[in-house]
Amino acid sequence: MIADLSADEEKILNDVKIRLAKYGKERGQLIPILQMIQDKLAYLPHITMEMVAQHLDIPPSEVFGVATFYNQFRFNPPGRNPVKVCLGTACHVRGGDIILENFERKLEIKEGETTSDKEFSIERVACVGCCALAPVTLIGETVHGNMAPSKVEGLVMRVQIEKEMKEREKQKNESGQ
Amino acid sequence: MLTLTVDGKEIQAKKGTTLLKACLDNDIYIPNLCYIDGIEETAASCRLCFVEIEGEEKPVTSCTVPVKASLKVKTDTPAVRRLQKTALRLLLSVHHVDCKNCPANKKCALQDMAKFLKVGLKPGHLQHCLKEPEIDTSHPCLDYYTNRCVLCGKCIQVCLTHNGQPEITFARRGFNTVVSFFGTAKNEKDSCDECIRCVDICPVGALVLKSSP
Ligand code: SF4
Ligand code: SF4
Ligand code: FES
Ligand code: FES
Repeated sequence: MIADLSADEEKILNDVKIRLAKYGKERGQLIPILQMIQDKLAYLPHITMEMVAQHLDIPPSEVFGVATFYNQFRFNPPGRNPVKVCLGTACHVRGGDIILENFERKLEIKEGETTSDKEFSIERVACVGCCALAPVTLIGETVHGNMAPSKVEGLVMRVQIEKEMKEREKQKNESGQ
Repeated sequence: MLTLTVDGKEIQAKKGTTLLKACLDNDIYIPNLCYIDGIEETAASCRLCFVEIEGEEKPVTSCTVPVKASLKVKTDTPAVRRLQKTALRLLLSVHHVDCKNCPANKKCALQDMAKFLKVGLKPGHLQHCLKEPEIDTSHPCLDYYTNRCVLCGKCIQVCLTHNGQPEITFARRGFNTVVSFFGTAKNEKDSCDECIRCVDICPVGALVLKSSP
């Protein structure tokens, strides 16, 4: 289960270690510490939870239990195109869960997971502030309103095509030089 | 020794025991899942062991009541049975009933309770709601069957009592709550192999030893 950390992450991890030492050892520090780590790394790698457990002198399983209780913590690095499906009240009423299901099926991952090519991740969010467009999905920073199951396929394809176009352009530029 | 009355019968119990244990010791069955004999701190989370006590307005969980002399207790009032049946039905609504293929078959707390309370094992009018994945195989010597677990917490409690710090824990919440190994490291293989208290205490067939390859 221990994911390999990239070189960048390794660097940040050392930074996290130094910051961790500045936190008190009371149990009440657990959540602030986890939030700090997620802030730095965008997710909570397995190894950081063990570091926290050691720092607070509590079982790692307890850190894991607390962290998984809260929706705000993630355990997989976000993909390059994080898909955020809104399940706030308005979007929920207008079938947001069906949109979520469609993304899960299309990308073959569950909410909270990342595709193996790191291209997409799926998470649920609660109201992104444009309920009039419900149901809403964010891909990266782009808002897609009035979502429908039939749009899911197209959106995923668009991201893939855009990526391919960029790559082709890059190749063209390189060969042109 | 104290004397109390349960269902019109006088029974004896040692001071300091819980009402639930006193009844069970005297062959008076009260449905229960989360109570562990010998561990003081009970989670009282299963909400099955209700009884009515004279002088108390509402049914109470018998695993949290210490015996007192002259308690007058009833274990089978309509209110108690209704609470128990509802709790059991809710448990079964998130349970994958497949007793034929389950190692707990015929020694399962759910089966016993269902028989006792005359509740069918099939979910009835409640929506049936199962979790994925069905089995967590990430532990080196244990398998965890998500949809058999009743989340009684006994495995975690015995692990804590025995090892000082639990190797297993509840993870996530609500309908998604599971018992998790937190990706237990390889070195736990030996200690778990020798212990398996969690497997022994599990009242259903949720935690089982990995079948040898
Ligand atoms: S845990 Fe009990 S009720 Fe569930 S399948 Fe196994 S034997 Fe049947
Ligand atoms: S695995 Fe068994 S003992 Fe542990 S919480 Fe589930 S039902 Fe209870
Ligand atoms: S509920 Fe989805 S945008 Fe407000
Ligand atoms: S045995 Fe009393 S609440 Fe579970």
